[in-house]
Amino acid sequence: MVCCLGHSEVPMNWFIDAQIMEQKTVYLSDKCNLWLRWSKKFSLRGWKNHLCNHYFGSKKVGETLWRRLLFLWVAGWFLFSIWIFWFMNSQAVEKRREMLASMCDERARMLQDQFNVSMNHLQALAILISTFHHSKEPSAIDQITFARYAERTAFERPLTSGVAYAIKVLHSERDQFEKQQGWRIKKMDSTEQPPAREEDANPDNQEISPVQEEYAPVIFAQDNYKHVISVDLLTGKEDRENILIARESGKGVLTAPFPLLKSKRLGVILTYAVYKSGLPSNATPAQRIEAAIGYLGGIFDVEALVDKLLHQLACKHSIMVNVYDTTDPDKPISMYGSNVTGTSIFHISTLHFGDPVRRHEMHCRFTQKSPLPWLAITTSIGTLVIALLVGYIFHATVSRIAKVEDDYRQMMELKKRAEAADIAKSQFLATVSHEIRTPMNGVLGMLQMLMDTDLDITQEDYVRTAQASGKALVSLINEVLDQAKIESGKLELEAVPFDLRAVLDDILSLFYGKAQEKGLELAVYVSDQVPEILIGDHGRIRQIITNLIGNSIKFTERGHIYLTVHLNDEVMSSLDVETEAHSTNTLSGFPVADKRHSWESFRIFKEEHPASDPSLLSTSSDLINLVISVEDTGVGIPLEAQSRVFTPFMQVGPSIARIHGGTGIGLSISKCLVGLMKGEIGFVSEPQIGSTFTFTVILTRQCTNSNEFKSSEFHGMTALVVDHRPARAKVTKYHLHRLGINPILEIDPNQVLTRLTSRTVTTNMVLVENETWSKNTSIWPFIINKLKADQLDIPKLLLLANPTSSVKNNSGSMEYISTIITKPLRASMLQVSLRRALGCGDSEHSRNGRIPQLSLRSLLHEKQILVVDDNIVNLRVAAGALKKYGAEVTCADSGKKAINLLKPPHKFDACFMDIQMPEMDGFQATKRIREMEAEINNQIKSGEVPFEAVGNILHWHVPILAMTADVIQATHEECLRCGMDGYVSKPFEGEQLYREVTRFFKTATKKNQ
Amino acid sequence: MDLGSLQRRYIDFTSALLREGILDGQFTQLQQLQDESNPDFVLEVVTLFFEDSEKLLNELSRTLEQQVVDFKKVDAHVHQLKGSSASIGAQKVKDVCMAFRNYCEEMNQEGCLNCLRQVKDQYLLVKNKLETLFMLEQQILAAGGSIPMMW
Repeated sequence: MVCCLGHSEVPMNWFIDAQIMEQKTVYLSDKCNLWLRWSKKFSLRGWKNHLCNHYFGSKKVGETLWRRLLFLWVAGWFLFSIWIFWFMNSQAVEKRREMLASMCDERARMLQDQFNVSMNHLQALAILISTFHHSKEPSAIDQITFARYAERTAFERPLTSGVAYAIKVLHSERDQFEKQQGWRIKKMDSTEQPPAREEDANPDNQEISPVQEEYAPVIFAQDNYKHVISVDLLTGKEDRENILIARESGKGVLTAPFPLLKSKRLGVILTYAVYKSGLPSNATPAQRIEAAIGYLGGIFDVEALVDKLLHQLACKHSIMVNVYDTTDPDKPISMYGSNVTGTSIFHISTLHFGDPVRRHEMHCRFTQKSPLPWLAITTSIGTLVIALLVGYIFHATVSRIAKVEDDYRQMMELKKRAEAADIAKSQFLATVSHEIRTPMNGVLGMLQMLMDTDLDITQEDYVRTAQASGKALVSLINEVLDQAKIESGKLELEAVPFDLRAVLDDILSLFYGKAQEKGLELAVYVSDQVPEILIGDHGRIRQIITNLIGNSIKFTERGHIYLTVHLNDEVMSSLDVETEAHSTNTLSGFPVADKRHSWESFRIFKEEHPASDPSLLSTSSDLINLVISVEDTGVGIPLEAQSRVFTPFMQVGPSIARIHGGTGIGLSISKCLVGLMKGEIGFVSEPQIGSTFTFTVILTRQCTNSNEFKSSEFHGMTALVVDHRPARAKVTKYHLHRLGINPILEIDPNQVLTRLTSRTVTTNMVLVENETWSKNTSIWPFIINKLKADQLDIPKLLLLANPTSSVKNNSGSMEYISTIITKPLRASMLQVSLRRALGCGDSEHSRNGRIPQLSLRSLLHEKQILVVDDNIVNLRVAAGALKKYGAEVTCADSGKKAINLLKPPHKFDACFMDIQMPEMDGFQATKRIREMEAEINNQIKSGEVPFEAVGNILHWHVPILAMTADVIQATHEECLRCGMDGYVSKPFEGEQLYREVTRFFKTATKKNQ
Repeated sequence: MDLGSLQRRYIDFTSALLREGILDGQFTQLQQLQDESNPDFVLEVVTLFFEDSEKLLNELSRTLEQQVVDFKKVDAHVHQLKGSSASIGAQKVKDVCMAFRNYCEEMNQEGCLNCLRQVKDQYLLVKNKLETLFMLEQQILAAGGSIPMMW
């Protein structure tokens, strides 16, 4: 078992727990069971071990360790199975050997017993002869009596084949003896062996015995040995020795085995001496010789006898018995058995035949070779096979895991590569589109200039076509560029204050032409809860809305396109209320898809948004969550195409692209943009009814108290809106409200007169929807005349008309109308129209274009600004530009000077810094300035420097703007990293300058407050 | 020449400069910066530009003639020149400067010399034109007129 332990410990030496003790108690019999248990544990542990390796060790080490363990496992079990084989085999052999020994001993004992019985009987016969032959006178026994007696008592001597009695005759007595017997003493055949002589000697042929001192002629013999009568035994060498020893010792003496001629078998002769009676038991050999009077010999046919004996035993065939006479140990004489010497096991049993001189042995061996030890072979092979299988399973598992890990790594590699390729593609696209844009701008500019030259109509047409195509191309490139930018994550949103309503008005004017062509009603409505000024990326919002409206216009042939903006909370609260039938109460009367379905999937409405709680609303941050919808009454999107609406370059069908053009990436870009603004986009579409796209964006509120329009000249006026369609009237009211006009809605034209004459409020104007007007044109002259008759102020009558609707046709009462206002309504346009109608003075109130400059002026006015540039020309130009906006400019031509000038306390409100300068570039200078400021700030904080000494400023941070000619992303990031607040392109560009300056002056003032 | 034709000539000349790309929008912006408080702004800046550029061009010629050209230095000069030409709107000078810088990066002396020649040509051209322009301005002002604005 120790050996077993040794083997099993080899692969398991890494367990240092109790299981190894258990192993000590293992016996071979239950080895199998235990082995199975072990294998289970091992595999489990192996797993854990591997996992450990996997997660905590380096993979390489784990792998080699595993390989080594596996090898040890297999080798260990191999040795163990060999040992099992050896052990079981040796057990079997041992058992066999024991069995053979017991069988052999049994046979030897039986043989010995029977031999002894025969010997005893011979002795008895000898006593018989001495009693009845020698002691009686005359003898009571003659040859016939002896032969018969011997024959009859043969069963008592199973091992003897014959007996003979020889008498001792001295030479002096020879003649008398010969006369008495009637035959002469004969000599044994000298050339032959004594048994041969005994057996076939013909008494007539035999020589007469020569003269000797004494003779031992045979007088009695059993019938079958009758021929030996009268032969002198002393003349035979063997017999003589036997006789001499026998009479000397007084015991039975055996000859060496010799072949019996008659039966060709081996035999031995046992000789007993017959003494005169009265011999003492302790007689000396000489006395014994003296007293000897005859000799009794028995012939033992060993072979036959052993055969007989073996016959009596059952399994005599299973073993092979050899009997040897080993008196001379060097030359054992085979007495029985074939002379086969195998290498297989044999057993030796000693035989005692009562002759102390002679030694006999019995050799036994199995007749058949021992069968192959099948049990041992199968057990060991089975063990080995199971161990190998387990090893294989481990190996397979380990290699499988390794393979999976490899695959995983490969996948990661491929994924990385794919992502890199994707980014590279996007960058390539971005670069290429950018590069295309530049020359395209040249082309377009040239075309514009060409248009201005003197062209005939055909040429002009060509040029216009070329320009239109060029513009289309540029917008396409812009789209692709956007897509690429979004994909490569380079798109950054701006955060500038803007007026959403103005932006939406702009968008509407953009589509004015197209809507007019198709006769569509285009309207915008912004909830009055939406703040005036929002902070966000208006360009992108414009892009999204433009895209949605553009799509709507493409696919809408009649009806309307309605853009609405609400706060998230409004929509939330209206969700429950707004259950009325939607279909009729629409802008143009055409049914629309229920827009509520378009935001069904929005997360923002699903989760309990904190903003929906009114108590939180007031305290909630400045974040504004807008819900913007674009509703149309177009053809709708086929159901099967609805799933891929937001997939880039996927259009409803190939024919769509041919009919309507477009690349099909607009919506995908819109989705990305909405995502960037932390919003969601969704839609609902019913074929032949229309689609509604809704998206949400999160913007920041900017607190403002100035409202340009509300403080306009119309403030406080009241307008009566006459429209039988409340949804449409809502839009009109919205625009009037923006101008500070108080709108009152009247659905029924017949009620207008009562309204006007009620006198509770003075109505300054009446806005009549063209449709309502044409439905009942005759009532209007009546109203006017009635008012005239009553001497009342006749309010201005304004007609709201779609561009296509034929106002002129129903001109029956057109003379009462002051102005026709062409839809789509926009605040600025409405203002102009009203001003014209009401005859207000046209003060210069054009918002566009001038604003940045004016604002810049107000922002920069009397601000102390440091401009740093090594290039004196640039310095001069930049200074000139800033001075133009009213700033006080100081110039510095190197970074070092700038640092000196900006050492707190200083007077500067801002610094414009060139980046690329010799000696010290803008980044370095900025870093140094920031370090300086941090130092001072710390000193102020810790009280080392009284803050009065540094200009009553607690926190020094001068806004630094980089001036750079090449505005690329990397530069921008670098700027921010070095502590700059932004960058402007060089030479200055008005709007960008404005944007940056507002940003940091706003933050600067906040900080200083 | 009467004032009207002078002014017309001035406009034609300026638009021709813009059209040919010798000058770009930046120059008109410069002109916009000029007002009563700063009457000689454009002249001042352009004179500065001339001085600066001449210095730089001389420097460049010297540097490029040397056996071992210090391209870093060349690049710094060209960058400077590019900056100032961009500031006054001398577009063609700026364009050549951009090509020039590429050659600097490649350390291509041949290309650099070639560019230097072009820069000089362009510089002389724009200088010539601007001087003409200023002369016209002077004449207009002398005739008691005002400079017509291009925007």
